[in-house]
Amino acid sequence: MAKITFDGIEIEVPDGTTIMNAARQIGGSIVPPAMCYYTPLKGSGGKCRACLVKVAAGSAKDPRPMPKLVASCITAVQDGMVVENTTNDSVLDVRKGIVEMLLINHPLDCPVCDQAGECDLQNFTFEHGLSTTRYEEERRTFEKIDIGPLIQLHMTRCILCYRCVYTADQIAKGDRVHGVLGRGDAAEIGTYIENIIDNDFSGNVIDVCPVGALTDKTFRFKQRVWFTKPVNAHRDCPKCAGNVVLWYKGNEVLRTTARKDQYGEVKEWICNECRFEKKETSDWTIEGPAHIDRSSVISANHYELPVLNQSVIDDLPASTQRELEKNPPLKLGS
Amino acid sequence: MGRKLLTEHINVEGIETLDVYRKHGGYRSVEKALKTMTPDEVVEEVKKSGLRGRGGAGFPTGLKWSFLAKPEGVPRYLVCNADESEPGTFKDRQLMSKLPHLLIEGMITSSYALGANTSYIYIRGELLYVLRILEKAIAEAYAAGFLGKNILGSGYDLDLFVHPGGGAYICGEETALLESLEGKRGNPRNKPPFPAVQGLYARPTVVNNVESIAAVPVIVNEGGDEYAKIGVGKSTGTKLFSACGHLNKPGIYEIELGLPVEEFIYSDEYCGGIWKGRDLKAVVAGGSSVPILPKELILKTAAGEDRLMTYESLSDGGFVTGTMLGSGGFIAMDETTSIVRNTWSFARFYHHESCGQCSPCREGTGWLEKVLHRLVHGHGQRHDIDLLVSVAKQIEGNTICPLGEAAAWPVAAAVRHFRDEFEWYVTHPQEATKPGAVYPGQLVRA
Repeated sequence: MAKITFDGIEIEVPDGTTIMNAARQIGGSIVPPAMCYYTPLKGSGGKCRACLVKVAAGSAKDPRPMPKLVASCITAVQDGMVVENTTNDSVLDVRKGIVEMLLINHPLDCPVCDQAGECDLQNFTFEHGLSTTRYEEERRTFEKIDIGPLIQLHMTRCILCYRCVYTADQIAKGDRVHGVLGRGDAAEIGTYIENIIDNDFSGNVIDVCPVGALTDKTFRFKQRVWFTKPVNAHRDCPKCAGNVVLWYKGNEVLRTTARKDQYGEVKEWICNECRFEKKETSDWTIEGPAHIDRSSVISANHYELPVLNQSVIDDLPASTQRELEKNPPLKLGS
Repeated sequence: MGRKLLTEHINVEGIETLDVYRKHGGYRSVEKALKTMTPDEVVEEVKKSGLRGRGGAGFPTGLKWSFLAKPEGVPRYLVCNADESEPGTFKDRQLMSKLPHLLIEGMITSSYALGANTSYIYIRGELLYVLRILEKAIAEAYAAGFLGKNILGSGYDLDLFVHPGGGAYICGEETALLESLEGKRGNPRNKPPFPAVQGLYARPTVVNNVESIAAVPVIVNEGGDEYAKIGVGKSTGTKLFSACGHLNKPGIYEIELGLPVEEFIYSDEYCGGIWKGRDLKAVVAGGSSVPILPKELILKTAAGEDRLMTYESLSDGGFVTGTMLGSGGFIAMDETTSIVRNTWSFARFYHHESCGQCSPCREGTGWLEKVLHRLVHGHGQRHDIDLLVSVAKQIEGNTICPLGEAAAWPVAAAVRHFRDEFEWYVTHPQEATKPGAVYPGQLVRA
């Protein structure tokens, strides 16, 4: 076991735990953001540099500070380590710089992007970024390539986190035809010579993508995610565990995704049949509403536990008030 | 003229063949090491010599060797980094093409010291002709019994392979080199683990520059203490400098470390002064990635002492008034050179060569290049100069490998020392962008 101090909070974790996972055990707003690290994917992390933290003391044996900021997602804790994240201004400054770097070539087409509302880059920018840009040049673009009937690739939105590459390697095994081509800011995710990603588990790349670079073609432009209602459901699937989240609009299942934890990481991979083909309620056993973090824009539709805000209600037009009296919303604690 | 330890026989006819090379004392170190020394004794000699890595970082080679993990029953590897592609550095190419057996001899002796039974020379893909020279020399060495099974009857086996890169500067970074050698995309690895623990094929590996390995035979033959007598302080031995730019006699010079920079530039024995009788403006002392220094600061340190060609003296004053010895790519620029254009040229190189793995480098190198492009073409604004410094700072220290710093340092240093010239490009774009335009202003130094 190793005892570390993270932002002034002491915690004891098993040896070999990364700083990031130690912070996640503490939880809350001190957890460093992760744009590329993904616990279920071996080898991921260290690339986006969003999670850089200051190690103010390396260990009890060698209490010297580490000279550079370290990527918390891949650096293992040492007994006696002192880590500064939100308490260190230089770390927050660097993080601002990382947001800026990630955004300079990002198209910022959130209004037409299917990922908007559940986008890691959006959340990261909202939390750490500036509302202005110093970038005046043209943004890089790519020639569109078609990677098959199920998955849409928007390379311009990609932040090259490599998560989908690791997914293709580790989950969607078989003849991998998908990887990173080119280098520098011209590097792109591609299926060489436009080969189609063809594997029963290929759809998982959609779930791991932190931005809207890989989206579900069967859900494309159908609905903004915050107008859909997530419901946990399962089915007896011969290929995967069959535990999914169905995203409803009215009675229609618009989209199926894997279940994710609070850090946006997939709990169980699902197969393409569950994801793309089973779009009827009758295919599934419904378990109940899926939990959505309150800070997420998706929970803005209050479907899970509607909250009555009196001050807002007072300003509503009379017709709406009558409607509300007829169908009163739930009150907290009632 | 100082002693030449590596290049003494470089101009001997036929030195690239084993017979001629042996006639000039070649492969003595292999015989000495394998027959009379234990591997640890060889490591000890290298430690005593004070030899520092010649690839750029200047890390003590003996110390690096002693960090090599030695678990039982696990193979270890020695990899020679011959992926020399830094703009301004061209010493290894010459050494390998003229003296292939020196490198091979060094590889055998070093591999013996490290207990490696398989070693690799990872050579820059563009140097295909050098690869053929090396392969020919390796075949000769196998035939003469210096490679293969039971070398010289000592019971030590070694196989040596040459592997060409695919043309990426980033593969000169040691972990990217190992990835490439394994047949993968040349992306640098996250460290730790360091190659000394998990390197090639996840086995303990030492990666050394060509020149470092070529110095090992000399150290073994003459003894580490003898080698350490050459040079100044912690900069021992001789070092190859590839001098280029506006010099009367550009070329590759082997110098004893400690030579004054002024003598190196102006002495007829070395570079012979600046061409066309012009004045020196600036020097990039160790390959394009180290900070550029104006004439006053490269000849004298901030304290007014003579700047010497040593690791310590060149980095005297930190990055405010100093630079680094780097890989020995010595680029001199005369008074007509445009520092802004030159900086843009460097930035373009690093933009092209960034692997694209981590965000600060992938996006930042491109950003730097675009802003500099704007400046050079007369579309710059005053705030662009501060933007360059700020972007460089955002890259520096936040990347996976040192390429980010290599891209950021030259830009930051150019603005630091030649800010007025950058401002001239903003205030007088018409004048500055004319072909052959020369900055007229008196340089104001920080």
